[in-house]
Amino acid sequence: MNELSGKERYKSGVIPYKQMGYWDADYVPKDTDVIALFRITPQPGVDHEEAAAAVAGESSTATWTVVWTDRLTACELYRAKAYRSELVPNTGPGTKTEAQYFAYIAYDMDLFEPGSIANLTASIIGNVFGFKAVKALRLEDMRIPVAYLKTFQGPATGVIVERERLDKFGRPLLGATTKPKLGLSGRNYGRVVYEALKGGLDFVKDDENINSQPFMHWRDRFLYCMEGVNKAQAETGEVKGHYLNVTAGTMEEMYERAEFAKELGSVIIMIDLVIGYTAIQSMAKWARKNDMILHLHRAGNSTYSRQKNHGMNFRVICKWMRMAGVDHIHAGTVVGKLEGDPLMIRGFYDTLLDTHTEQKLEQGLFFEQDWASLNKVMPVASGGIHAGQMHQLVHYLGEDVVLQFGGGTIGHPMGIQAGAIANRVALETMIMARNEGRDYMREGPQILEDAAKWCSPLKAALETWKDITFNYDSTDTADFVPVATPAI
Amino acid sequence: MMTNHGNRITQGQFSFLPDLTDAQITAQIEYALKNNFAISVEYTDDPHPRNTYWEMFGMPMFDLKDAAGIMMEINNCRKTFPGYYIRVTAFNSVRGVESPAMSYIVNRPKNEPGFMLQRTEIRGRQVQYTTRAYVTDKPAGERYHET
Repeated sequence: MNELSGKERYKSGVIPYKQMGYWDADYVPKDTDVIALFRITPQPGVDHEEAAAAVAGESSTATWTVVWTDRLTACELYRAKAYRSELVPNTGPGTKTEAQYFAYIAYDMDLFEPGSIANLTASIIGNVFGFKAVKALRLEDMRIPVAYLKTFQGPATGVIVERERLDKFGRPLLGATTKPKLGLSGRNYGRVVYEALKGGLDFVKDDENINSQPFMHWRDRFLYCMEGVNKAQAETGEVKGHYLNVTAGTMEEMYERAEFAKELGSVIIMIDLVIGYTAIQSMAKWARKNDMILHLHRAGNSTYSRQKNHGMNFRVICKWMRMAGVDHIHAGTVVGKLEGDPLMIRGFYDTLLDTHTEQKLEQGLFFEQDWASLNKVMPVASGGIHAGQMHQLVHYLGEDVVLQFGGGTIGHPMGIQAGAIANRVALETMIMARNEGRDYMREGPQILEDAAKWCSPLKAALETWKDITFNYDSTDTADFVPVATPAI
Repeated sequence: MMTNHGNRITQGQFSFLPDLTDAQITAQIEYALKNNFAISVEYTDDPHPRNTYWEMFGMPMFDLKDAAGIMMEINNCRKTFPGYYIRVTAFNSVRGVESPAMSYIVNRPKNEPGFMLQRTEIRGRQVQYTTRAYVTDKPAGERYHET
């Protein structure tokens, strides 16, 4: 089906999107184009290229019928071009999954407001997901051009400066979320913070829904937490922090809470994804101006990121959040209680940490991405992990990560300080072994047992949680497997 | 070990492990060299966590690729400043890092008196905190009595 032009093109009525100019198999994306990759499940009877063209059209300039006003514009420039559509492996006839197609769509940079995640997202996902002709739709990945990246602040602090501020190099950072999630009074909350930091963690954090509730007003939490933080700093001689959650109902209240955190001398604050992209960008701007590390909890993302056929892949959120400017983002643990296939999580971590990412289909990285010197975001691994998994955590997640052991610290049979000591000793032991060149992944359990001989908190931790694993099939896995290159 | 007996400051990568042996330090140096990090030896008698700049015991050893030679420098520093904190810092100059990649303590004073937490009550319920090392009440060089 060919693109129409002139009087043919602009006669009133409905024509396929492919004829309106939204499909162009010969289009070569410019370096300055934004590219989006969608996974499309067309309704039965809908041609997949037409579905791709429809998605391209309705995420750029089109509407359902021809309009003459297009001719007042440089419309060929503003139309997004779907330039490729191919069957997703292991879908379609003969498989258990109805046919899905990867559709590549290129957008001219002028379609987007510089430095606005709200605009970028309103454009790409604001309209197309409700389309009747498309049974299911998932935004899998995006390539952001360097020219557009340069209009964003990026992470307020970044991994390198965070380490310099904390004076902590060469190992993952350790954290914990205060538990129980809800109900503690300010004073009791501060006790948990003090014990965990004194025992050896670097950070403690508020949970995503700890904001300001009848059982604990935010100011009381902030005051008691900073007492715990400072006391632990003096006891250990290390810089310590507690991520004070400044999430609130309005932007004005958020600024008020952030200012109080700064006044009290906190090194770090946190926000939840549910505050929205605009609020996140504003807080990143504030964080940079006020020398504050900004932690983002990805609250709510699993409502749309878990199912392969519909929603948005978390790696797109990682890209947007790095542009928006957060310094930490929860990105998966592999071995913990929350969803996460090892290859997919490696893809998320690389998106956050690379200066330049290569295409790696088996990790779900569909595009080469130059990060234009935007700071690196520290991935955070949180949810059901414990000291007995330390070798796996170091192996899968590397060194630039915050490992958070909430239950794994506070639930320790000998108390919170012991829980923290166990985690810190396990970590330092594993890093030392890794640096020495040992096969720490295979010898991990033995390395931990050897340390447990002189560290009774670690011994107790290993005993308590030795049988805990979370073995469920992942809902989101790679579509591609690495292909062995034949020797030539 | 429930609390930090002896107030050991737990700065650096390996402070929760027993003091590193020379063999262990050598292994860490070899790891740094394998990664093309430049190793530097530093010392201080001011243990405050915000004391970023410890005194340099010579410049970072950009051209020294021999673990034994670097171990010798460390032992030189220990002999010259026996009562001081000494740490080994390894710098990574690769784009995107350009910052220390490792840092660990290899020598400590025998007695570490620790820090006082100074609390100054200000507005409302607020307290202004200062971490103060007991030893810095004395001038530099007189803080840890060891030869």
